[in-house]
Amino acid sequence: MASGSGPSPNVYFPPGGDSDPRLPPGSDSRWPKILGGGDSSARNVWIAVGSTVIFFGLIAVIVVRSPGWPEIKDSFFNGAEFRSSFPVILEKFVRNIFIFCVAEVLVLILALIIAVLRSLPGPVFTPLRIMAAAYTDLFRGVPTILVILLLGFGMPALDLQGIPDNDYVWAIMALTLVYSAYVAEVYRAGIQSVHPSQVAAARSLGLSRWQSMRHVVLPQAVRRVIPPLLNDFIGLQKDSALVYVLGVVEALNKATIIQQGDFNFTPLVALSLIFIAITIPQARFVDWLIARDQRKRQSSAAV
Amino acid sequence: MTRAVDIQGLHKSFGDLEVLKGIDLAVDSHEVICLIGASGSGKSTLLRCINLLEPIDAGSITIAGEEITRRGVNVDDTRRKIGIVFQAFNLFPHMTVLHNVTLAPHEVLKASKRDAERDSTALLERFGLSDKASDYPDRLSGGQQQRVAIVRALAMRPEILLLDEVTSALDPVLVAEVLDQIRELAEQGMTMIIATHEMGFARDVANRVCFLHEGQILEEGSPEQIFSEPEQEETRLFLDRIIAAGRM
Repeated sequence: MASGSGPSPNVYFPPGGDSDPRLPPGSDSRWPKILGGGDSSARNVWIAVGSTVIFFGLIAVIVVRSPGWPEIKDSFFNGAEFRSSFPVILEKFVRNIFIFCVAEVLVLILALIIAVLRSLPGPVFTPLRIMAAAYTDLFRGVPTILVILLLGFGMPALDLQGIPDNDYVWAIMALTLVYSAYVAEVYRAGIQSVHPSQVAAARSLGLSRWQSMRHVVLPQAVRRVIPPLLNDFIGLQKDSALVYVLGVVEALNKATIIQQGDFNFTPLVALSLIFIAITIPQARFVDWLIARDQRKRQSSAAV
Repeated sequence: MTRAVDIQGLHKSFGDLEVLKGIDLAVDSHEVICLIGASGSGKSTLLRCINLLEPIDAGSITIAGEEITRRGVNVDDTRRKIGIVFQAFNLFPHMTVLHNVTLAPHEVLKASKRDAERDSTALLERFGLSDKASDYPDRLSGGQQQRVAIVRALAMRPEILLLDEVTSALDPVLVAEVLDQIRELAEQGMTMIIATHEMGFARDVANRVCFLHEGQILEEGSPEQIFSEPEQEETRLFLDRIIAAGRM
């Protein structure tokens, strides 16, 4: 990925991560681990809080009192600049949201098709499997920004009839093509993680190959890959900023315009905050989804 | 009279390993056959072949007069007539108990959702599982899960039911409820081929017992004959080992 984000797509995250899904919401077992180093007795928590406050307090003092700080603050964390640029950037960010939302829907569909093609058994389907494998190899290998440039400038330049001359269309198509390759691998890992005995059970009941895939394998596979899927979607959302190279006036383009006009980097920091603000809630939402699914299927009273 | 199952000269290999070396077995309607024998003797493979889960290398399998191992047979159509229950239950964990049971009648037999649910609920009730209908399999005990798996197979109204060591993965205290359910089916005249290590149960429920040894049916006969006066030395050794292990 051009932004350098995202995991290896074959990584399989077991549902639940390191938090215990059977605990009620809010009692995330990760926090005591961070705060008390695993032991959550009252004394340890106080020591953890104390050392944390002192540690970060010292860093803050060192940073603020260092000789270059006023210049850094003025250039990156300028309050007036932030207040004037933030609403304008946020307004253009709607275009990023549009781009990545459309791309995500398309990715979910295209990637699923590729993953299913690649999982087809039997010698007849060899050409389809080769095609799907070649697709993933190709689009995982080429930097996203290159695909955007190739499609965004290359295709309209052909001047062929019926080829749209719209930057959004090509930007969305480029992101969809690249991220479908990643997400297809995530899906495939999920499909392969469903035990063959599940397929045997479905087939023994008379379900066809496709019915087994649709009713038994895919529902289990998709549930398992939600966390890695979200990782790729966060990557996609960040990469929506890359379409600025086509001249689309989205958030990054707007922020760069303000930054160059005002000789100040605060607009870029403001945009960074917007990206952070949209990704963190998504991560929490997925945690919640996983916990809910686990609770539904498994009570602590299970035998 | 056509046999419920007629197997002739069945051979099956996995790579270089020949698991079934010429099986001949005929089963009448309403007959209960128990397959006994050591692990690796080919019991599970035989059942999986009958269900067409494993392609066979040679021989033929005929179900109710129709050869299912010839080319061009509709595999899905054939499988729906043959129910199989596995050692590890293999319930679908993302579906409720009721949904597990209704899936195949709805999708394969094209029963309406309402009809499938009505029939499945009746079946669950008959086997004392109606209070579990809306639970997910993870919440059930192993015995309950296996009983649901049997109900799931029955919901397709199979002509034959194959049971593959269905109590081997269960706690000893949970075995009885599953065996009781199978006994009930036997009394109702269900044709069954049962691979099992439960010799007491086999003696009790089987019309005929087949002893499998190294991929062949070495000896078959009534339970009394097999368990009391086996003719083959291998059968005797096997039963001695079972008795020594306290399983009979």
